[in-house]
Amino acid sequence: MSNIESVTQAEVPTAIGVPVSPESGHEKPRSLTGDAWEDLRRNWIFWTAAVLVVLVVVMSAFPSLFTSADPGSCALARQHKGPSGAALFGYDFQGCDVYARTVYGARNSVLISLIATTIAGLIGVIVGMAAGYFGGWVDALLARGIDIVLGIPTLLAAIVLARRLSSDPNESGFWAVALTLGVITWTTGARIMRSSVISAKNQDYVAAARMLGAGPGRLMIRHILPNAAAPFVVVLTILLGVNIATEATLTFLGVGLKGDAISWGIAISESAPYVTETARPLVWPSVFLALTVLAFIMLGDAIRDAFDPRLR
Amino acid sequence: MTDIKAEIDVLPGLDSSARLLDVENLHVEFRTQAGVARAINGVDIHLDPGETLAILGESGCGKSVTAQAIMGILDSPPGFVTKGAIRYRGVDLLKLPEEQRRKVRANHIAMIFQDALSALNPVFSIGFQLGELFRVHRGTSRQDARRRSIELLDLVKIPAARQRINDYPHQFSGGMRQRVMIAMALALDPKVLIADEPTTALDVTVQAQIMNLLAELRRERNMGLILITHDMGVVADVADRISVMYAGKVVEEAPVLDIYARPAHPYTKALLESIPRLDMKGQQLNVIKGLPPNLLRIPAGCPFHPRCAYARDVCRADPPPQQYDVAPARTARCHFWTEVVGDEPAGS
Amino acid sequence: MFRYFVRRLLQGVLTFFGATFIVYALMFANQSDPLQALAGERPLPENVRQALTERYHLDDPFILQYGYYMKGLLTGDFGTSLTNRPILEMMEQAWPTTIRLSFIAIIIAVLIAVTAGIVSAIRRGGVFDNTTLVITLLLLSMPIVVLAPLAQLIFGMRLQWVPATAGADSGLFALVLPAFVLSSLVIATQLRVTRASVAENLRSDYVRTARAKGLADRRVIGVHVLRNSLIPVVTLIGTDLGNLMAGAIVTEGVFNIPGVGFMLVRGIRTEDGPLVVGFVSILVIVFLVVNLVVDLLYAVLDPRIRYE
Repeated sequence: MSNIESVTQAEVPTAIGVPVSPESGHEKPRSLTGDAWEDLRRNWIFWTAAVLVVLVVVMSAFPSLFTSADPGSCALARQHKGPSGAALFGYDFQGCDVYARTVYGARNSVLISLIATTIAGLIGVIVGMAAGYFGGWVDALLARGIDIVLGIPTLLAAIVLARRLSSDPNESGFWAVALTLGVITWTTGARIMRSSVISAKNQDYVAAARMLGAGPGRLMIRHILPNAAAPFVVVLTILLGVNIATEATLTFLGVGLKGDAISWGIAISESAPYVTETARPLVWPSVFLALTVLAFIMLGDAIRDAFDPRLR
Repeated sequence: MTDIKAEIDVLPGLDSSARLLDVENLHVEFRTQAGVARAINGVDIHLDPGETLAILGESGCGKSVTAQAIMGILDSPPGFVTKGAIRYRGVDLLKLPEEQRRKVRANHIAMIFQDALSALNPVFSIGFQLGELFRVHRGTSRQDARRRSIELLDLVKIPAARQRINDYPHQFSGGMRQRVMIAMALALDPKVLIADEPTTALDVTVQAQIMNLLAELRRERNMGLILITHDMGVVADVADRISVMYAGKVVEEAPVLDIYARPAHPYTKALLESIPRLDMKGQQLNVIKGLPPNLLRIPAGCPFHPRCAYARDVCRADPPPQQYDVAPARTARCHFWTEVVGDEPAGS
Repeated sequence: MFRYFVRRLLQGVLTFFGATFIVYALMFANQSDPLQALAGERPLPENVRQALTERYHLDDPFILQYGYYMKGLLTGDFGTSLTNRPILEMMEQAWPTTIRLSFIAIIIAVLIAVTAGIVSAIRRGGVFDNTTLVITLLLLSMPIVVLAPLAQLIFGMRLQWVPATAGADSGLFALVLPAFVLSSLVIATQLRVTRASVAENLRSDYVRTARAKGLADRRVIGVHVLRNSLIPVVTLIGTDLGNLMAGAIVTEGVFNIPGVGFMLVRGIRTEDGPLVVGFVSILVIVFLVVNLVVDLLYAVLDPRIRYE
């Protein structure tokens, strides 16, 4: 390995040679962000993921673009009927249009995950920055706090919390699930933010800015945050996917969305018992759910690879 | 126990009258994504028992690659030996099947590395790492291996060897760790020892201790020692001969005193002039202008010409055809070696 | 090592109290009618209401309630379900099944993840490596609620290779499919970590030394690289356990396996608050203890920490 390094670093001044300016001066120096973007532009995984994400987001914002059928119109007469021109994926046990319900199911999943991830991101930024920037006992206290929250398995905490928040049987459980997930899943983000802030804080240019009289607020926003942003964005992107999956799991278990709400988790949960009659009402929401989660995780992976120069 | 050792010694074609180590026209290239880097372009070196050969050069000149090629531990891919021969007592190691080649390592040719902390496995005790050699190569019992490992630590003068045998690498100081490396290399009594910058990572006082230990062990065991370094100061004290490498070639080879007195290659001369000296205090240090060549694009002609004070048109067009014989046992790869030798070294 | 142990133990105790406090607070603090919340939608007869008030010390201040709850946890008294069965007894009945299931799942996961991880690290960029990369990505993105019913549908019902459900007294064979489903939750991360860690270790200097010692590749990788690479994989077991618990809840529900997760799902469905509270408490304790053990194990594996 050392050989390759010495090969690639042959243009670096050595102990014996005189350092002369590198010949690559005519090329415009690019920032890390610019480099990462160059990297992403050529990555098919990134584009696949991005297209899928855009598709899902559009689907949840304007479901009527994808189907003209009404997901709420069900007729038992059509129970378990196969696919047709009117209903691409056939009908479920209540005689509802599976395709329409799957398309309309995107909204709840995406919205809940978006709200939950925003909450988690905000808590993560505040806790992580405070711990990283102030250090000392603040850091020790917050780090313990993170440990304690991590000490409770996510799904168990979610079961208890979501149960409690949605104790009113007439609510759909939308806000309960979103809040629950947000309050539970902020720890990874906080950890990443904390370590990025600590490493950025020790950079010479930040020390220089501080000596020039920049206050903590300015330091954070102008100098520290931009550097901590990339890994944090990666964590949040992946969390978007994970939260969609957890929401479906909670719903499946009966502590998430309920009642008349249309969602992938409910569709999976409700159609599982009838799977011997027809598998479509189970399979299609499953496929949509898995693809959505996959898209967010792939997107996060691609961004991380682009921003992590060690892997290039 | 002895049977196994005997079996190992019988390498097919081993000829005790042939030269201990003879590397001929060795070529190594690294096939990287950026292109083919020609790290070694025809290296010739040889070594006799009890002799110390220093291989000298800037980083990236191919000295470590040469050592790894001799050991057969090049990372492959991307590293490939494309041409040449490495003869150990007449046996071409490059033609041996991998299983036999493996047994040559540690049994006949051993190596120590620059940074002993990373070269030792952090999660095994040094007793395990030493004893492993006896257990794997000789089939000795755990207890025997342990006893022999303690003897080895005594040999390299590690105090309280019996207690320290169960310690882990990070519990030793830098100098002690390098002693452990040396003990490990000498465990199976090799005939050739390659030391790749063995003292670079150490304090100056510890450097001297390690070099002395190496010299002493070489004498006692009549080993051939190849010392790889970029430090001309280290070389002067211990080496018998010096091979100076540049861009994957040996550009000058000579007995140590001759080379210090009268370098025959401009690169050697420049290296010598770049050593800080007390009697030149206050003057500007002569450093070599420019950078070593990028191995992906080695200049045509003599690879040193862009940095050479003696360079003329012929140097830009034609590489020096072969090693010129400067004197008996002395060669240089320069069109104008006579001029270089004739010059008085600057400052004296 | 002693200092590390003590420090880690103290941290563990702190986390234990913190985590149980949060769980308890989530369940009882600031609720207008905690009893109705426990019972869900079902009507609560006055005598049950009284018994529960006494049971959870709901007339006492909150911090005292937590004290009683902790006392219960530490003395093994986890209360009774709304169906009037002691939680501990239900747990004792359920856990052997879950342990068996998780054990098979972990063995499957480790075998596949470590082997495949090593192979793809050695042949990085090769066909095998790229295939496993795609598979891990797919596994990572398959929520267990998708995987479990689909696996049941495909292998249990359509292909009929294995039983579609595993009842109370079905043999090991019936557990194979659920165990595979469960293991898929942790295989992906374990494989990725193994691969990254082996790849990094393969590049390290001590590997070059081991080869220079004339050791065969098998020994270099099987002894020197593996021991170093397994350190991060072992530390994963802690977080994996959380995933496995989550997975077991869904998997046991789908495959009708009468284990801890199955009981918990039933508790949720029948709105049996005390059962959920008791089971979650026990699971959180198990999770904390295992994480503590893993951290201590980490010190045993890595001498650099031991002598810190």
